[in-house]
Amino acid sequence: MTADVRTAPAGPSIRERYDVFMSRHASLMPTFAAVAILLVLLISAQFAFGNFIAPRNLSALLLNNAYLVILAVGMTFVILTGGIDLSVGSVMAFTGILCAKLLADGIPAIVAVPAMLLSGAAIGLLIGVLVQYFDVQPFIASLAGLFLARGLAFVVSLSSIRVEDPAVLWLQRTRLTVGDWYLTPTGILALLVVAAGVYVAQWTRFGRTIYAIGGNEQSARLMGLPVARTKVLVYVICGLCSGLAGLVLTAYSGAGYPLNGVGTELDAIAAVVIGGTILTGGSGYVLGSLVGVLVYGVIKTIIAFQGAEPSWTRIIIGALLLLFIVVQRVIVARSERRR
Amino acid sequence: MKKLVRHRLFWPITALITLIVINTAARPQFISITVRDGELYGALIDILRNSAPLMLVALGMTIVIATRGIDLSVGAIMAVSGAVALTVIDTSGAPGSLGTVFVALVVALLVSLVLGSWNGLLVSVLGIQPIIATLVLMLAGRGVALLITGGFITTVTSAPYKFIATGYVVGLPFALFISAVAIAVIALVERRTALGMLTEAVGINPAASRLAGVRAKGIVFGAYATSGLLAGMAGVLYSSNIMAADANATGLYIELYAILAVVLGGTSLMGGTFTIAGTVVGVFTIQTLESTILFLGVPSAQAPVFFAIVVIVVVLVQSPRLHRLARRLLSRRSRDDDAGRPASQTKTPVEVAS
Repeated sequence: MTADVRTAPAGPSIRERYDVFMSRHASLMPTFAAVAILLVLLISAQFAFGNFIAPRNLSALLLNNAYLVILAVGMTFVILTGGIDLSVGSVMAFTGILCAKLLADGIPAIVAVPAMLLSGAAIGLLIGVLVQYFDVQPFIASLAGLFLARGLAFVVSLSSIRVEDPAVLWLQRTRLTVGDWYLTPTGILALLVVAAGVYVAQWTRFGRTIYAIGGNEQSARLMGLPVARTKVLVYVICGLCSGLAGLVLTAYSGAGYPLNGVGTELDAIAAVVIGGTILTGGSGYVLGSLVGVLVYGVIKTIIAFQGAEPSWTRIIIGALLLLFIVVQRVIVARSERRR
Repeated sequence: MKKLVRHRLFWPITALITLIVINTAARPQFISITVRDGELYGALIDILRNSAPLMLVALGMTIVIATRGIDLSVGAIMAVSGAVALTVIDTSGAPGSLGTVFVALVVALLVSLVLGSWNGLLVSVLGIQPIIATLVLMLAGRGVALLITGGFITTVTSAPYKFIATGYVVGLPFALFISAVAIAVIALVERRTALGMLTEAVGINPAASRLAGVRAKGIVFGAYATSGLLAGMAGVLYSSNIMAADANATGLYIELYAILAVVLGGTSLMGGTFTIAGTVVGVFTIQTLESTILFLGVPSAQAPVFFAIVVIVVVLVQSPRLHRLARRLLSRRSRDDDAGRPASQTKTPVEVAS
């Protein structure tokens, strides 16, 4: 009895600290779970294959998924506002083939690359205006964007076009090596986009407005935040990221192909969700999406190591997606009960 | 006349008739139907026949959208169903026998029903957003289909299976009968029983309908299961048409076309009131538009541009903001007219009446 009295005021027990930590950082939990899954995957793959955690393999991970990282960052912004953008895969294909076509026509890369980024942003602007000013559901508006971009990709060219421009190929071929580690300009580009994304989302007014809109659009409007401008801009950013991903993918594959990226929008959404962003908006992290893409990339690499059917990637990603959605559902239900 | 314009099927049907008239003006043979060996042929018959898979998927989608949901996984379910059916036929001893085809059909439809029920479970019991819940299967489904076919495009030769999509019965394509039966069954069940009204109630206000004693969960579950089953039948039709199970190409983007057909027909994506007849008109409009685009010599790969324009126009026409804007413009003009030409006031009522 006396012992109990003496120990109790000494400070909160571990259990209480845990509860406080959990309630304060509930939105971080899904991202922590993603990091944990990534570590478990890496370590178990290392035990299974022996040579998985090698500098070469991990460097390739970033190189192979650079375009997906960029798409996922753009998608994170859209999902944080509570929207969704289905057009990213098609826009990536369209801008990629546009770039290849312009370069093949002898237009210098200094003109072609801004042109593709602008056309990506323009499709994003179209979707944003439809969503914000015409009350179209994001799903339907971006669906129109998907159709438009996919069709335009085939209008540019019906078959793939090789890229021989040295400036674009430089993005892929250059390797900055440190020991066995290497980094390509495309990888650096992807990391820069992540860094910019983290900065914008966490430390700018624009970024905090995005979280406010995702939390409750009505409240954000009543607080006097620029809701309309922010929502349109979010889709423009996503379109811009898709354009940049088109450049990275074109450099990576050395060609533009109008059928590129069919279903990539699903991969990007899955990566964002696995990274801990909640699909109803208002909660999530750009850095989490990077983790999500890495989980995706590691699963793909493991399946390649295993020599199994590549189609298992999609199935496992689907299962992971389901797991995270259910976890999110539980978290949301808990926080609603607390209110 | 005003009542006719107000009817909710007026604009969908006008769009369809306009398309048919334009086609007929551009190529008179469009409207003509020839009889060869007692079987009907012609562009219109082709449209009716080719629209069957989209029709089945769009019917299911209508019910799902009426419950304020959406089913993105229909394309993936089509791929799985086609893969299952053709694998059953391929691995059996007698691919040509009627029994094999029947077994394949039943197995494929059962698998699709299970997949649809899985969606229903996620949405109704676990309460996950429909877009997300069906996204899981959309992502994983094609992977499953690829596993079933072993990563290859399974092709078979089986006369009875081929008959499903390309056969003729009493001069009309067999596929047409399948979609007609599906339309009839859905329309009867939804409109001749209380189910349709209950579905609309759930779509309009799920909480209120539950409080009023409607078993909302069961109705939502049933909608997704039905959608899965219909998508499975569409998958059988698609694979029967090309006699191959291509896990990547089967039903690609069909969920988007189906949603477009439903919206074109006048069913709101916000759930609630739905119209089966509107969806039927919407499907025919899409199929006619596709036929028109091909006739214009546009490569089929570029067709999505036209559909994008259609989607944008349709959503803009439905947009409340545009309605407000149009109303304001109209009222301002009539006010200007009143102010500028008071003499014409007596004339105005006559114009309205005509």
